[in-house]
Amino acid sequence: MAVNPQKPGSDALRSFELKAASFTLPIIRLLDENVEAVAARLGAKVEKAPDFFRNTPVVIDLTALPSNSGAVELPLLVGLLRGYGMIPFGVRGGDKEQHATAEALELAVLRESYVRRDRSPEDPKGSDATETAVEVEVPASSVPIKTLAPVRRPNQGFMLVTRPVRSGQRVYAAGGDLTVSAAVSSGAELMADGNIHVYGPLRGRALAGMNGNTEARIFCQDLQAELVSIAGHYRVSENIPIELRGVPVQIFLDQKLLRIEKL
Amino acid sequence: MARIIVITSGKGGVGKTTTSAALAMGLAQRGKRTVVIDFDVGLRNLDLIMGCERRVVYDFINVINQEANLNQALIRDKRCDHLYVLPASQTRDKDALTKEGVGRVLEELAQSYDFIVCDSPAGIEHGATMAMYYADDAIVVTNPEVSSVRDSDRMLGILSSRSRRAENSDEPVREFLLLTRYNAERVEIGEMLSVEDVQEILSLNLLGVIPESKAVLNASNSGIPVILDRESDAGQAYGDVVSRYLGEEVPHRFIHTEKKGFLSRIFRG
Ligand SMILES: Nc1ncnc2c1ncn2[C@@H]1O[C@H](COP(=O)(O)OP(=O)(O)OP(=O)(O)O)[C@@H](O)[C@H]1O
Ligand SMILES: [Mg+2]
Repeated sequence: MAVNPQKPGSDALRSFELKAASFTLPIIRLLDENVEAVAARLGAKVEKAPDFFRNTPVVIDLTALPSNSGAVELPLLVGLLRGYGMIPFGVRGGDKEQHATAEALELAVLRESYVRRDRSPEDPKGSDATETAVEVEVPASSVPIKTLAPVRRPNQGFMLVTRPVRSGQRVYAAGGDLTVSAAVSSGAELMADGNIHVYGPLRGRALAGMNGNTEARIFCQDLQAELVSIAGHYRVSENIPIELRGVPVQIFLDQKLLRIEKL
Repeated sequence: MARIIVITSGKGGVGKTTTSAALAMGLAQRGKRTVVIDFDVGLRNLDLIMGCERRVVYDFINVINQEANLNQALIRDKRCDHLYVLPASQTRDKDALTKEGVGRVLEELAQSYDFIVCDSPAGIEHGATMAMYYADDAIVVTNPEVSSVRDSDRMLGILSSRSRRAENSDEPVREFLLLTRYNAERVEIGEMLSVEDVQEILSLNLLGVIPESKAVLNASNSGIPVILDRESDAGQAYGDVVSRYLGEEVPHRFIHTEKKGFLSRIFRG
């Protein structure tokens, strides 16, 4: 039954109101596209004041990055932040590719029109290092952004993919496990809030525990991955010992240390 | 109802147009009513390879814009009654290829043809996405080198998400791998990827292997699809491809170097 504004009548008919509000939130402004460097410094900061960061919503600000830094590892960063208990919920700035990534990660893309600066003139270089927060207005409706890479969503807390995952494709099992029974090409990306299982060769990237779940694991038959990560703790292929490549392994976190073990 | 086949690749210059011409001619020679469409707006050269460039009056874009009807634009092949060419425009910009327009033309063609072969431009730009959107089958043309294989993989990813079949959650587009410009000698000395290497990465249904061959250049210079050169290795390989596409089981040829005879071994020495 529709709400009839002509007849306000009983309050029971009004189940909600749509309003705009603004909040002051911390932003993480990336000054370096190298997530490794960011991770190290962030880890040190969080260690000093873990409570400050716990359950804190944060916005990732990409405006200070050089314009061609499409390669910034947003999924890793998000995993890392969640691993520290933060709630990354949106990005600001960045290019089309980064927006597609953000959308795949179920982050909001905060367009400039929704981002109100405190009267200071636009400073695209972001040299103003003292800025620690901005006012962000989240619109009532989310902004549709064209997804560049396909995103498949799970229906029952897990997702099953039976066709090869190709270079440039990204699969995200939000809220559950991801199982792939085919090959994962180099340049493809698997993400899951839970565990990841791969029964074909894993040549791309696999990021488990995207929601910060440090208990998540990756299981694969044939490890040839470019990168593996659990809750933002990751390893790139050159740091994976040769004897663990091409064999069935499981990957998990042991005291914040990423371990790869033969199965 | 026609089957729509897109000939596609990520990387340019791998042999899509050569393949489109050969496949279309091969299907037509077997009595299938076939039309081959050039989607490479601005760079048309399918008509050159088909040897009908001097008979182009109207083109694909004219038909999309309803400035000409299909009968005015289609060029009948002089060698084979069942084959028609729909050339691309050399001048107009690619945005003239609209999803609705392309869809309308394909639908009309589908009434009277068995196969519609779409020669796609390289890359993932507009023209290529239009060429693949309505496809039932995709032949991914790949050269045996890492960059080409990687691009094909990417192309397959796009195909599986951006086709009409994917959007409607219909049965997915059937994907085939065609390895072209295959040089068995260079494969043997490790300068090129082998069929097995490529299959290992792409894990696709292998439609055929076309050897690197001088016959291809000779054929395109004289406007004759190479499949008509029955003496040549490339012509025969394309013949096999057509058979396999139509469901026949044909063993793969031209994958390994010929066993060198005593004399050639001495002379190579
Ligand atoms: N099997 C082959 N052996 C030798 N040369 C070949 C072979 N196949 C194609 N070529 C040559 O490679 C070049 C590119 O071929 P073609 O035009 O068919 O590729 P294409 O994929 O359509 O290119 P584009 O991406 O520019 O449309 C041509 O010069 C052609 O003669
Ligand atoms: Mg071409």
